Amino acid sequence: MNKRLDSMREWLDARFPLTETWKYHLAEYYAPKNFNFWYYFGSLAFLVLVNQLLTGIFLTMNYKPDASMAFASVEYIMRDVDFGWLIRYMHSTGASMFFVVVYLHMFRGMMYGSYRKPRELLWLIGMGIFFILMMLAFTGYILPWGQMSYWGAQVIISMIGAIPVVGQTLSNWILGDFMLSDAALNRFFAYHVVTLPVVLVTLVFVHIVALHEVGSNNPDGIEIKANKDPVTHIPVDGIPFHPYYTVKDIFGVVGFLIVFCGIIFFMPEMGGYFLEYNNFVPANTLQTPDHIAPVWYFTPYYSMLRAVTVNFLWIDAKLWGIVLMGASVAIFALLPWLDRSPVKSIRYKGPYFKIALTLFVISVFVLGWLGTKSPTPLYTLLAQIFTVIYFAFFILMPWYSKIDKTKPEPTRVTE
Amino acid sequence: MADIEKKQEMSSRRRFLIAVTSVGGAIATAAVATPFVMAMMPSERAKAAGAPVEVDLSKLEPGMLLMVEWRGKVVWVLDRTPEMLATLKTLDGQVADPKSEKPQQPAYAQNETRSIKPAILVVEGVCTHLGCSPVFRKDIAPADLGADWLGGFFCPCHGSKFDLAGRVYKSVPAPTNLVVPPHTYLSDNLLLIGSDRKESA
Amino acid sequence: MKKITHLLFIFCLAPLVAFASGAEVKLDKAPIHPTDKLSLQRGAQAFANYCLACHSTEYMRYNRLRDLDLSENQISDNLIFTGQKVGELMTVAMRKKEAKQWFGVAPPDLSVIARSRGADWLYTYLRKFYRDESTATGWNNLIFDKVAMPHALYQLQGIQSVAVKTVDDGHGGKHEVKELKQVTPGTLSKTEYDMYIADLVNYLVYVGEPAATKRVQLGVIVMLFLFAMLGLTYALKLEYWKDVH
Repeated sequence: MNKRLDSMREWLDARFPLTETWKYHLAEYYAPKNFNFWYYFGSLAFLVLVNQLLTGIFLTMNYKPDASMAFASVEYIMRDVDFGWLIRYMHSTGASMFFVVVYLHMFRGMMYGSYRKPRELLWLIGMGIFFILMMLAFTGYILPWGQMSYWGAQVIISMIGAIPVVGQTLSNWILGDFMLSDAALNRFFAYHVVTLPVVLVTLVFVHIVALHEVGSNNPDGIEIKANKDPVTHIPVDGIPFHPYYTVKDIFGVVGFLIVFCGIIFFMPEMGGYFLEYNNFVPANTLQTPDHIAPVWYFTPYYSMLRAVTVNFLWIDAKLWGIVLMGASVAIFALLPWLDRSPVKSIRYKGPYFKIALTLFVISVFVLGWLGTKSPTPLYTLLAQIFTVIYFAFFILMPWYSKIDKTKPEPTRVTE
Repeated sequence: MADIEKKQEMSSRRRFLIAVTSVGGAIATAAVATPFVMAMMPSERAKAAGAPVEVDLSKLEPGMLLMVEWRGKVVWVLDRTPEMLATLKTLDGQVADPKSEKPQQPAYAQNETRSIKPAILVVEGVCTHLGCSPVFRKDIAPADLGADWLGGFFCPCHGSKFDLAGRVYKSVPAPTNLVVPPHTYLSDNLLLIGSDRKESA
Repeated sequence: MKKITHLLFIFCLAPLVAFASGAEVKLDKAPIHPTDKLSLQRGAQAFANYCLACHSTEYMRYNRLRDLDLSENQISDNLIFTGQKVGELMTVAMRKKEAKQWFGVAPPDLSVIARSRGADWLYTYLRKFYRDESTATGWNNLIFDKVAMPHALYQLQGIQSVAVKTVDDGHGGKHEVKELKQVTPGTLSKTEYDMYIADLVNYLVYVGEPAATKRVQLGVIVMLFLFAMLGLTYALKLEYWKDVH
């Protein structure tokens, strides 16, 4: 029996690098042995990706990308399709949890300096994934064609119109109409179920390939490859990904599923944050809801968009808001070159970085919370203050990371 | 450094935990697969559209064929004249399954006339060969079907022939008799096709 | 640096304070129990009697009401007045266009009204109609000013009128409060009417998400399984990680 399997494997290996791939990416991929809680989120993001692809395919079987039928087809899935409600909740909860997991994954990278040399490209690919994810979330949110789908998209599309000279033409081109309508719904559906997923899956693949080329960072921010066993050439602080991190990640997956299923089965609307109440009203092109707010994962950027209230130079406030919002996402890509600290991990960085990161996190939360509220003068002022803090974290980084009082890095990873 | 060598000889505890977790994983996989598989079954809308249909037979005359749509298929309701019924006995030798032994009909239609009421045949107009819809040919001994044709159903796609009880002739492509759908009479002239329970009307 | 953090902390709290002082119409808590099948059945009957003439629930099929322990015969005998079959959607005969002429707006579909408005809003809304000669229908509502819908249940509730009272808010300021007063009694007492509405709202919540009860039941099983798996996978992880020093 074993002999048979061996010969089958040999047959395959002569034609396809099966064992080689297995060894390179799992059995003989040496990961630092000191991964902590924050290192679960990479594999969890992959799990959510699989969940979204699988549930997405099944939703596509019954969803109708037609402005007159879309809303009804979602309710059809919720009622008439056996277990349709479960598949839909898995997808809608998965969308929000994708952002939870990716934000935590990014925060991990910021804490431990995972964007630093030699992982700059890895970080940039990750930024690409983040951008595609936002596009997927945006195009996906339009599909149920409820009031929030419609008016949320309306607000975003109006931004394109603000681009000088070409804006209006560009927005007509994107919408395929002079307003948000069936034409846009139909093409956003195409992007959401074909174009963007293909790009996302490709980028995730490239992300993992790039990771396994340079090797994983760790909470100490030191390179385990710098300290290899002289005989075996295996990093002394490395352990094979399989079985050690596979069993650990399986445990992480179960832990995550408890949260994930808890939401799906007991609070699928998540108090209006994952499924907004107004989106249970079919899109009405003539009536804006009293209060519109984007889904929670976009609220920090939305706050910054609204924070700009004055014209500056020859450019009006509206366009500045849009530029600022774009910059707030794009600026992450500069991190590898903004950080001038001699050490990578927050464990050995000085008080300036720790304070800056804390303020940054606070500003993200406050901006996120403000984004769910209707603007008042006080809220707008707060949004402006925290927008400044948000950007100061990045812009001042070359300065404070350089003068910060760091601790020496250890030569071996610590517990 | 990990003791990778130790991995080779797994402790019994490790083997046990792997076995139990694998069983748990298999259960989880099956549980996750269930809703996806179930979601592909006909939905409530399809079930409602495929609900039994009521047919009023008061205007059906002897020798007349009525076509009814049920679940996207044509169902024939044929009021056979005594002459038509008389042909059935004479054809027992030429049809493949004269006693309707193959399960192509509910038990209550497994009789000589393949029907509840002897005169009225209720049968799906779908050829048991490859799903074409046969043509009702009540003309006797036409040129194209031969001198011994006593009336019945002829499938133009591949030439299968059925008699006036939907029984298939020998040596034609179709393997079995035409299907008799579940049906019942709600009253003398009111036929329900698609269910044999009167409550489901 | 510490001072700045303190300052920030205060800034963070400021909006909360501002939010707490915002005046909003207080909604009454809807006393509903989604698992009470008898209440749901009464609600379904109330909906069929008083709402379904104008308001569809067009994503819902009549035969789905089997969830409420009703047989198909009971459904078609007691709840269907349009001659529809039990498998059909709960639509209305009234045409949207005509309805718009009569009421100014077409009566909305109520399939997911409980999900957009919430049970408490519905419970309050249906109990706060009052007589107002200035509107087209002669009715107005305390939490939905100038609503196009007339009080469909006034025979049950009776007629209420509104009185504006000036109340001291305790901070030296004064603001106006509208209060409802029973003018003519209906066929139901106040308690009976509240219960009637509670049943109706309970039903609307059910219609909003018919799978909700099943969802929670299934969720309990899934969670028990996952907690068992959590212990198991943790034991497996510990077992393997014994190797790592």
